[in-house]
Amino acid sequence: MSYRIIVWVLALILLVPIAIFLVYAFAQGWFFPALWPERWDSALFLRQLADPQLRRAFGQSLIIATGVSMLALMFGYPAARVLELQTFRGRGLIYGLFFLPTVVPSVATGIGLNIVFLRLGLAGTLLGVMLVHLIPVLPYVVLTLGSSFARYDRNYEHQAAVLGASPWFVFWRVSVPMLLPSLVVAGVLAFLISWSQYVLSLLIGGGKIITLPMLLFSAASGGNQSLIASLSLIFITPLLLLLGLVARYLGSPATGATPRP
Amino acid sequence: MAKLRRWLGLAPASIIIIGLFGGSLGYGIAQSLGWLPFLGQRQLSLAAYRNVLAGEQLGSQWWQALLFSLWVSLAATLGSALICLGLLSSIAERQQQYRGLSTISNLHLAIPHSVWAMALLLVLSQSGIFARLGFALGWLDQPSDFPVLVRDRWGSGIILAYITKEVPFLLLLGLASLHQQGRDYLLVAQSLGANRWQRVRLVLWPLLAPSLIGGSLLVFSFIFGAYEVPALVGVRYPEMLATMALELFLNPDLQARAEGMAVSLLMSLIILAVIGLAWRWRRAEHQP
Repeated sequence: MSYRIIVWVLALILLVPIAIFLVYAFAQGWFFPALWPERWDSALFLRQLADPQLRRAFGQSLIIATGVSMLALMFGYPAARVLELQTFRGRGLIYGLFFLPTVVPSVATGIGLNIVFLRLGLAGTLLGVMLVHLIPVLPYVVLTLGSSFARYDRNYEHQAAVLGASPWFVFWRVSVPMLLPSLVVAGVLAFLISWSQYVLSLLIGGGKIITLPMLLFSAASGGNQSLIASLSLIFITPLLLLLGLVARYLGSPATGATPRP
Repeated sequence: MAKLRRWLGLAPASIIIIGLFGGSLGYGIAQSLGWLPFLGQRQLSLAAYRNVLAGEQLGSQWWQALLFSLWVSLAATLGSALICLGLLSSIAERQQQYRGLSTISNLHLAIPHSVWAMALLLVLSQSGIFARLGFALGWLDQPSDFPVLVRDRWGSGIILAYITKEVPFLLLLGLASLHQQGRDYLLVAQSLGANRWQRVRLVLWPLLAPSLIGGSLLVFSFIFGAYEVPALVGVRYPEMLATMALELFLNPDLQARAEGMAVSLLMSLIILAVIGLAWRWRRAEHQP
């Protein structure tokens, strides 16, 4: 197959599901075996958008995912910096530590933390869910930022310091602008992982925190196809918007986004 | 001073990972051994493990779930790795840059597995898009004529969802190693008279093998322990280990909770063993 065909097929595989969600979400009286819906109606989709439960879930998902990506950048930046710019004993061990949570399933970590968080009073709180989301998120942020620190030239920082810039000034005016693409991509990656998380939110949210994936799961067991399609659309729209914003960074190796299965 | 700053930089992230991740493992192990101090239960026992591995009803459920998980993970991993290898070997010689392919693969990674599974359900269910198309073409008379592809006992829905989702992931890893100088080596081999098969086997495969094998192991361990897709497009029987673990854990019976933890820990242990073996194998490979 030629390169262009492969790219087009992959693009199609990505677009077809979105088109199908659109059809199912806006079709009215579309029974088997009709190939095309009798009529189109946005009432159900609009009702979904206005549904207080959905709005609450959307809001909570948004708060959690935004908070998680902020926290992950805050904690991940210094760690990635030390890991990549310095050589010291135990560096491999610490990389191993950050690698482990990427392979241990979240069912296992969630089950283990369920009672601990209940005892600590963190279960059913936004903070508790954010903290537990950091387990799968933080490693990817550290690895992503780390791979861009690997090609980072510290001499620019020294230069600024020699010219009298304070450490804070160097951080905001030299380091952050130089690493911006990687920081943005790492933040988006963090948002994405947190936004899609179901098991950990379920086990730590304890029924009090309802996020979008939980609504999707309950719709899936209900079997109402147009509801499933509406929720899926609402679920992925913010992700597509965010990705549209960073798409030009994603393909470049300098950004170093660590892919995730 | 430099040392202090180094540890200060590492501390926040490490504390979170050690505290939360280590804590969850430690607590999970303790509870799977029946240590539930807030319920006054401090006696350690292997009862949960015994029930899971050799219990009358739970035992057979465990072994079946283990087999089913292995089947699904192996089939999906091999399927996506082979497709990825085929795609890359068909383009590696002519293509100089892969920007478009890596952008589109990255976009694929952004779609959550749960949403992907739902799309598959709408396309492949017995009243889904394909069934409608089949009816329009006169291939079937009623929905039940369409093969059960999602929520079937062979897990084909799960496998299909994973293959379509993991090919772009493996492509990205493969592209990263092709990127550097893959095409040059291939052209040299060609000008030295290597035929197509020789180029794939002697040049492309050694170039891609480390990242594809490593990536496939990540894919395997991810699928082996993931909950979402089997919960959405799988059936209750046969089930995968992750769904079995969570169901046991959410059971109000406390003994079942311990058993759920035992299942999830055994599942994690298998994953860690696979990763550990791969690690040792790679190190052995690299030593002259």
